[in-house]
Amino acid sequence: MITFMNNSDSEEEPCNERTSLMSAESPPVPSYQDGLQTAEAGEAQAHRKRRTGSSRSPNNIADGDMSDSGVPVRESALENEEEELTLKYGAKHVIMLFVPVTLCMIVVVATIKSVRFYTEKNGQLIYTPFSEDTPSVGQRLLNSVLNTIIMISVIVVMTVFLVVLYKYRCYKFIHGWLILSSLMLLFLFTYIYLGEVLKTYNVAMDYPTLFLVIWNFGAVGMICIHWKGPLQLQQAYLIMISALMALVFIKYLPEWSAWVILGAISIYDLMAVLCPKGPLRMLVETAQERNEPIFPALIYSSAMMWTVGMAKPDTAARGGASQQTWDAAEDGRENHRSPLHADSQMSETRSPGPTRPITSFEELEEEERGVKLGLGDFIFYSVLVGKAAATASGDWNTTLACFVAILIGLCLTLLLLAVFKKALPALPISITFGLVFYFSTDNLVRPFMDTLASHQLYI
Amino acid sequence: PALGLFLFTIARDPLRIIILIAGAFFWLVSLLLSSLIWFIAVKASDSQDEPLQKGLLIFGIMFSVLLQEAFRFLYYKLLRKAIEGLVALSEDSCSPISIQQTAYVAGMGFGLMSGAFSMINLLADALGPGTVGIHGDSQLYFLTSAFMTMVLIFLHTFWGILFFHGCEHRRWWEITAVIIMHLAVSGSTFCNPLYMGSLVPSYLLMATAATWAYLLSGGSAQNLRRFLLCKS
Repeated sequence: MITFMNNSDSEEEPCNERTSLMSAESPPVPSYQDGLQTAEAGEAQAHRKRRTGSSRSPNNIADGDMSDSGVPVRESALENEEEELTLKYGAKHVIMLFVPVTLCMIVVVATIKSVRFYTEKNGQLIYTPFSEDTPSVGQRLLNSVLNTIIMISVIVVMTVFLVVLYKYRCYKFIHGWLILSSLMLLFLFTYIYLGEVLKTYNVAMDYPTLFLVIWNFGAVGMICIHWKGPLQLQQAYLIMISALMALVFIKYLPEWSAWVILGAISIYDLMAVLCPKGPLRMLVETAQERNEPIFPALIYSSAMMWTVGMAKPDTAARGGASQQTWDAAEDGRENHRSPLHADSQMSETRSPGPTRPITSFEELEEEERGVKLGLGDFIFYSVLVGKAAATASGDWNTTLACFVAILIGLCLTLLLLAVFKKALPALPISITFGLVFYFSTDNLVRPFMDTLASHQLYI
Repeated sequence: PALGLFLFTIARDPLRIIILIAGAFFWLVSLLLSSLIWFIAVKASDSQDEPLQKGLLIFGIMFSVLLQEAFRFLYYKLLRKAIEGLVALSEDSCSPISIQQTAYVAGMGFGLMSGAFSMINLLADALGPGTVGIHGDSQLYFLTSAFMTMVLIFLHTFWGILFFHGCEHRRWWEITAVIIMHLAVSGSTFCNPLYMGSLVPSYLLMATAATWAYLLSGGSAQNLRRFLLCKS
């Protein structure tokens, strides 16, 4: 899901980034969207005020917090400005999401193409008990549909479980679950992955070195994701675990089941986020009521919020505490939050909530709000592209086509987000485009291009 | 070279990247539709008949060219609407991106996608072992493919500029010129592997298109001279 995020962190939240992982065993929770609309409106309002007013009040956060109550009044007045902000800075946020999605896909495709392990069929997950090695087409289709039903029901059950836990404030349990799953991901899957990559390239590695490397990698990852860490490192870790998870899916899901699951999950995503009784929507609304940031949803955030005294600016957009760079920093004002539940691997990156109001005129609290995309979306996009790379006989053409299709789908989804300003499911449009392009490119374009290439004709 | 162009001119501005990817997408859709037509035609016809197959291929290619240009037009319409929207929304009522830049980026999108589709399987195969032209085909296959792809990418870029300019100023002859050029280039590849027949005309056409686009974008001989001599 993609949502706008407002600075709605409560006072007790630490002013830093925080990510948490969901347990690996839990099935992917469908992406849900969080619509912190009112908070966002107030936030944008505050931003705008800062922007246009001559006296730049540094109390963004304070404004944001206070504005929550006065939102309806101000919202109507500044709706247009907000839309303007939204659309104007939309391009930047789209790019901020393009880059990680592209990176994740590149990692997955590179691994699939080079490491044989991930394309061998060595068994299936228990979530997909029906085998696809059946002689007849009908039987195979039936098996894949049954697999899908089982998988989706597992996902639904886990999502509902998560929502229930959240509703009853069992935060400890959820955190424990997340930590456990992130542990497993960071250590076990990385170990397998490294092992396979080393095998492929015939590089010898002794166990102590391996242990050291994995230990460091895992420990830093845990710290980065669950506690504080530099934004880019955190993003890199999230991308890596998404890629690992996607690779696991590509390996262990049988062919037809994978495609049917992708289709079914996007439909489920659509329903779960938009229907009033959908679990994700309930999750979002509960979080909204409690005025908390959407719970440790495995989400990827493209920016972070920080107060002046804290971190140093990473990019030029996050300027210093000077008034001149205020406008530059304003670029990141919009906070699109897109919690997308990924399959069991979900990381949450939460922007730290600025809590203390800054009274000095010169110190400006800069909030860099970025778009948030749930990790589940990363994973499924990568699964689609990875499957295209693995199984398509048209090789790179199909992969490229799917890649472009997914990016365009993401663009459209972000556009819709800008228009609707609510949490939106990020999966359906992209996956639909991806599937359509995959099947059509594989079957229609490939013979055409092959024939053209063999005669060296160009169109 | 196309990649270099991309890195230097497009990667900075997010809006351009989006336009580029959308351009690639439109090209892809046009390719999809044209291959659908070709596929249907092939399936419906006798697959043993060689000349017929060749004829169908030629027909498919021409149709694809026309479809690409049609999609370029559609893309132009879409971009116009989008830019108008952006202008209306921007505070200082000035477009964040000019129509010429848009034309350039859109052309690049088309070009990159077509180049990628033409080249990438070739490149993947080139990594493996093998000898070029072992069955009596030309030994220059890879080289000529590379050059042809490059010229095609550039051509798409220039055609984008010309096309959009023509649409802007309602000069239909510019648009028809672009279409004819595209057809000519595609047609010239029919002479492959007689490479003289395809590469040379393509490069000539590219030079023509380049100068034309340059003049349209407001350049002139003086600008060029100043630039080359590094005068300020």
